[in-house]
Amino acid sequence: MAFTLYSLIQTAILCTNAVAVLHEERFLSKIGWGVDQGIGGFGDDPGIKAQILNLIRSVRTVMRVPLIIVNSACIVLLLLFG
Amino acid sequence: MDYTADQSGFRQQPTMRLRNYSAEGPDASQLFEDTSGVGSASQSGLRNQQAGPQSSGFAGQSLLSEPMSNLAMAYGSSLASQGREMVDKNLDRFIPISKLKYYFAVDTVYVGRKLGLLVFPYMHENWEVSYQQDTPVAPRFDVNAPDLYIPAMGFITYVLVAGLALGTQNRFSPELLGVQASSALVWLIMEVLAVLLSLYLVTVNTDLTTIDLLAFSGYKYVGMIVGVVAGLLFGRPGYYLSLLWCCAAIFVFMIRTLRLKLLSEAVAEGKLVRGARNQLRMYLTMSIAAAQPVFMYWLTYHLIR
Repeated sequence: MAFTLYSLIQTAILCTNAVAVLHEERFLSKIGWGVDQGIGGFGDDPGIKAQILNLIRSVRTVMRVPLIIVNSACIVLLLLFG
Repeated sequence: MDYTADQSGFRQQPTMRLRNYSAEGPDASQLFEDTSGVGSASQSGLRNQQAGPQSSGFAGQSLLSEPMSNLAMAYGSSLASQGREMVDKNLDRFIPISKLKYYFAVDTVYVGRKLGLLVFPYMHENWEVSYQQDTPVAPRFDVNAPDLYIPAMGFITYVLVAGLALGTQNRFSPELLGVQASSALVWLIMEVLAVLLSLYLVTVNTDLTTIDLLAFSGYKYVGMIVGVVAGLLFGRPGYYLSLLWCCAAIFVFMIRTLRLKLLSEAVAEGKLVRGARNQLRMYLTMSIAAAQPVFMYWLTYHLIR
């Protein structure tokens, strides 16, 4: 399979977008993955589910603004160069 | 136990064991021998160059002897050294050059031993990385320490051998070298990211850094090169046999190396410690080690027809 670095960047942007569009109220709380439902234990072992929820929440918080910039740049470039 | 440490999940560099990268002087002599004899050598070369054109008598060359040009040259060289300092300082923020130097402090004996270990890890007894006052010893002094020289050279050799293999089948074109290189690089990056993600999810407290993981993932290129070369020399049976051997060797190598880093002390010594967490870590080690043969086959099977 011929992968290029460009396809890696595309994959990264698409995956980050996918994590960023998970809506807190409409979706994550409905399936029990909300912010208030995950991080309970402060013990020795947070567990995989708590780590995943933490990761989703932090990606959504941190990457919101950079994703706006990157997506706009992508749109402009794709419009110009196809 | 340190609860704040555990809460942050996968800590890449606990305070216990830090790599000492601070000073250039004593560290440089530890990692590399100082073979620089600069200053006197370059200045005498410059004076020789000045004497040459003057004796040949060209009118334009007398510019070099004027005092203003000396001043200009001194200013230019100070500007160049200032620029170089600025570039070094800014580059160090993005790519940790001082940390990278540790991984390239190798010598021929180490490389030979490590390559032997990569294809025959069955006789090696002690897999622990030795430390020297909380900092890991340079790879030159300890065959168990990870390095980046073998993976880097292995990657480049793999690309060249792939080009050679494609050439023997008349499928070669110069663009294919770039395609092979970027493809292998992308798989490497994805593998390192996947391992990082799984280490984060399983909350392993380890002192494996990203560069360590890059080094471990890069060791499989040695096996791939051996397989492809055997395939070129002996055809498909040779390829399959040597790939099988190298896959088994890499599997054992990864398990024995990662066991000491990922699992707790008790499990690493061989006692069976039950518990969900240790089982999860064992599965993680197994899957990282099992991914190596898969990648090795995936990246080389299209080269042998």
